[in-house]
Amino acid sequence: MSGNGASSSSLNMISGEDVVNNNLTALVVDDSPLLRLLHDIHLKKYGLKVQVAENGKVAVDLFHLGASFDLVLMDKEMPVMNGVEATKELRAMGVTSMIVGVTSKDGPGEQQAFMEAGLDYCFEKPLTPEIISFLLEELNKHNNKD
Amino acid sequence: MERNPMRRQLAIMRQSLFDQGHVDEQFVQLEELQDDANPNFVEEVVTLYYRDSARIILNIEQALERKPFDFRKLDAYMHQFKGSSSSIGAKKVKAESTLFREYCKSGNGEGCMRSFQQLKKEYATLRKKLGAYFQLARQAGPVETASRPK
Repeated sequence: MSGNGASSSSLNMISGEDVVNNNLTALVVDDSPLLRLLHDIHLKKYGLKVQVAENGKVAVDLFHLGASFDLVLMDKEMPVMNGVEATKELRAMGVTSMIVGVTSKDGPGEQQAFMEAGLDYCFEKPLTPEIISFLLEELNKHNNKD
Repeated sequence: MERNPMRRQLAIMRQSLFDQGHVDEQFVQLEELQDDANPNFVEEVVTLYYRDSARIILNIEQALERKPFDFRKLDAYMHQFKGSSSSIGAKKVKAESTLFREYCKSGNGEGCMRSFQQLKKEYATLRKKLGAYFQLARQAGPVETASRPK
């Protein structure tokens, strides 16, 4: 796992009830229908409103059309436009959403390249309840500061 | 302890999926996502997995018929398959996928072929066991809560 200061010791083991939030929105970007469903249901359980996109281009197009999301779960390997490209484009557009890379177990060099594209965090898929709780806690902290 | 014989049988069957190493903790996490709003969630996810897997397995089979092997392509396919197998907690299938990828990385064609045959066996066994499990689960009715394996 890598991220801006994220380490396993800083993960808060928060129950779903603690971070249920009806105001947060999320975009799940993954070419696998299975992973899209999994993350969709997982995030909805925490009260998020979720949309899905099957590749990076669909995700970027959504933002071009004016959509905004608090959280973007970005798969790395996708056809048409991969996660690295999509993340770079979104950041170049000025998107400030929390973008979390979701990868299969890659070498450290590959994850680093993904992080450098503009991710806030990068985790191995599928995301666990503990990681989702951590991300929502970080999102809530970030939103409370604004 | 389940009083209902069918529920007891279901619990035994479920436990054996873990004891025999067919599924891991990720399967429990799927079960924990199942609720009244999504009562068949686990079976839906597993069905999607089968659909995904059929496509990837076919791609690998076709790639293994072409010589010389394109190890990069084979590895990429298996990377996808491993990812979706991990998502449903398919432990043995995931382990065999890892082995296959190691053979790809070392350019060992014979190893790839052997590993792929074993992977297909593990996958078929998993499908059979999960098929029986879900069939009994449907007959037994909804299980109230997921529980961690002993």
